[in-house]
Amino acid sequence: MTVAVNRIALNLRALVGRSYPRVVGLQREPSWLLFDTVLPLLGIASYVYIYHGFFAGSEGPEAAARLNALVGFVVLGGTMIAFWLNVLWSMASQLYWEKEMGNLQLYMMAPMSRMALLGGMAMGGMFMTGTRAVVTLLMGIWAFGVVLVVTNPALILAVFFVTLIALYGMGMMLASLYLLYGREAWHLSALMEEPIFLVSGFYFPPAKPLGRAVMLGAAIIPATLGLDALRQLIFPTTALGADVWILPPETELGILLVLAVVFLFLARQSLAYLEKLARREGRLTSRHQ
Amino acid sequence: MTLAVETRQLTRLFKRRKPFFKKAKAEENGGDTLALDKVDLQIKEGELFGMLGPNGAGKTTLIKILATLLLPTSGYAAVAGHDVTGDPFPIRKQINMVSGGESSGYGLLTVRENIWMFSQFYGIPSKQAKAKIDELMHVFGLWEKRNEKVRGISTGQRQKMNMIRGLVTEPSIFFLDEPTLGLDVNASRVIREYIRDWVKKQSGKTILLTTHYMMEAEMLCDRIAIINKGQILACDTPENLKRRIKQDSTFRIEVDALKDMDGFAAIPGVRNFSAANDIAKNTTRLTFILSDESAVSDIMSRVMGQGSRIQSLQKSDPTLEDVFVAMCGRGLE
Repeated sequence: MTVAVNRIALNLRALVGRSYPRVVGLQREPSWLLFDTVLPLLGIASYVYIYHGFFAGSEGPEAAARLNALVGFVVLGGTMIAFWLNVLWSMASQLYWEKEMGNLQLYMMAPMSRMALLGGMAMGGMFMTGTRAVVTLLMGIWAFGVVLVVTNPALILAVFFVTLIALYGMGMMLASLYLLYGREAWHLSALMEEPIFLVSGFYFPPAKPLGRAVMLGAAIIPATLGLDALRQLIFPTTALGADVWILPPETELGILLVLAVVFLFLARQSLAYLEKLARREGRLTSRHQ
Repeated sequence: MTLAVETRQLTRLFKRRKPFFKKAKAEENGGDTLALDKVDLQIKEGELFGMLGPNGAGKTTLIKILATLLLPTSGYAAVAGHDVTGDPFPIRKQINMVSGGESSGYGLLTVRENIWMFSQFYGIPSKQAKAKIDELMHVFGLWEKRNEKVRGISTGQRQKMNMIRGLVTEPSIFFLDEPTLGLDVNASRVIREYIRDWVKKQSGKTILLTTHYMMEAEMLCDRIAIINKGQILACDTPENLKRRIKQDSTFRIEVDALKDMDGFAAIPGVRNFSAANDIAKNTTRLTFILSDESAVSDIMSRVMGQGSRIQSLQKSDPTLEDVFVAMCGRGLE
């Protein structure tokens, strides 16, 4: 019993310890806040003005509701992009950077669970990115006059947090795989950026016209279903018609829960495999090997 | 006698990775590296044990196996009584490691925060860890730098920080892989003095130190293993190691830079020799281990035959370096 408690205490401390650099990093580099909130707003603004262009000359409450929904989509999508980029560049690539910095072998030598290490990275990343995302969201809502209709806040929060867990679970899984690919991590991250912006519908309504196969592929990225559910819950479903959505939000929450469990399980398995490989071949934890 | 570390016939082979796309040519299949070759070693609890060997001798590979970062290809290794191939958790709780030239940690954290973060991976309660960090910072003369960001401190200060990182978890067995590599005299002295006291003033603490600084090994270690090409050539106290070549004579000769040194080994009476060029002075320093002192005249003739002048000749008591030269036929530098 005591042994189990000690192990839990050890892993909780390790989790807090590893999340610390990311939490404190926000205060140490306040310039990041500017770059990560103001610059994304410019990207959001460009789409907002395109949608305003579409509706130029249209009048009446229906057109206004549709425009509000589309602008809201962009603001919400632009906010969620921060999490996706954080998962790609600061979760998936992180073990590779840790190896290059010489930290990875110290992590591997420590008695903590490897999931505590990844969990700490994820928690710190969520906190750091969450702060930036909230600023982007609030500034977007204020600057573009988005009207939100929050009818089921509990479900919205559930969808948001389960989406984050699934998203970061995916990042934890990718972290081990990226390390195996070594320097290709750069290219993999770059490769996964723009196409996923498109198919996950960060700036658009869901990309259903691309076909079921593409939507199925896109649904593997938790942001796709998470965004779809959040948009349904925040913007009146009637604004763009019922056909625009992928699935009902409750179903999407269920799928996201499954994705979260699967990704966390795969993250654990892939890191255990990576450690086994590292010990056997001695080429993954040391720099220059 | 409790053993902190034990290895039996420990072997580690690094296989060359074959090209993924093209079919490897016959000659490309070679190049596997035998880093450790049937190493037998016993390190007693409370011992400060040194591993002396040149780059590529297998020192770091051995430490990585003992630190559970690497698996042996064959043979047995145990740390604190636990097999390194089994569950690594009981070993990891009791060990720590610091390497020379280490650049671990995060530049945006302060020195104190960085060490604290690593202490959390060992489950040390935060308050306890901070008190220990502060104590060690005073000892290592790093207190003034405690709130400075890691990216702003010097190499020596960084290595002191690494030492504190390793010590804050109070390991029973501490692996030090060339801990004073590239440090100035003062930083090296602080580290050496601390590790000697750390082992001697507490019971149950063990250090395995790898180095290629002879003076460091001689000054600190209770016993030393000389390792070359993955094999332990000798293992004893520094005094006993030197006694092994006591019947031989050690001559150090400095001459104008030599080009041809092939013939020295064949001179009767020469047991072994090493040569090091001093580019700044344009000289060659030769160390000969002679079983017969009459070989000196032949050595002189060969040197002068190349048109080189003898600048100094000295007969001296054997040092650990001479032991190394006698065994390996080369110096460490």
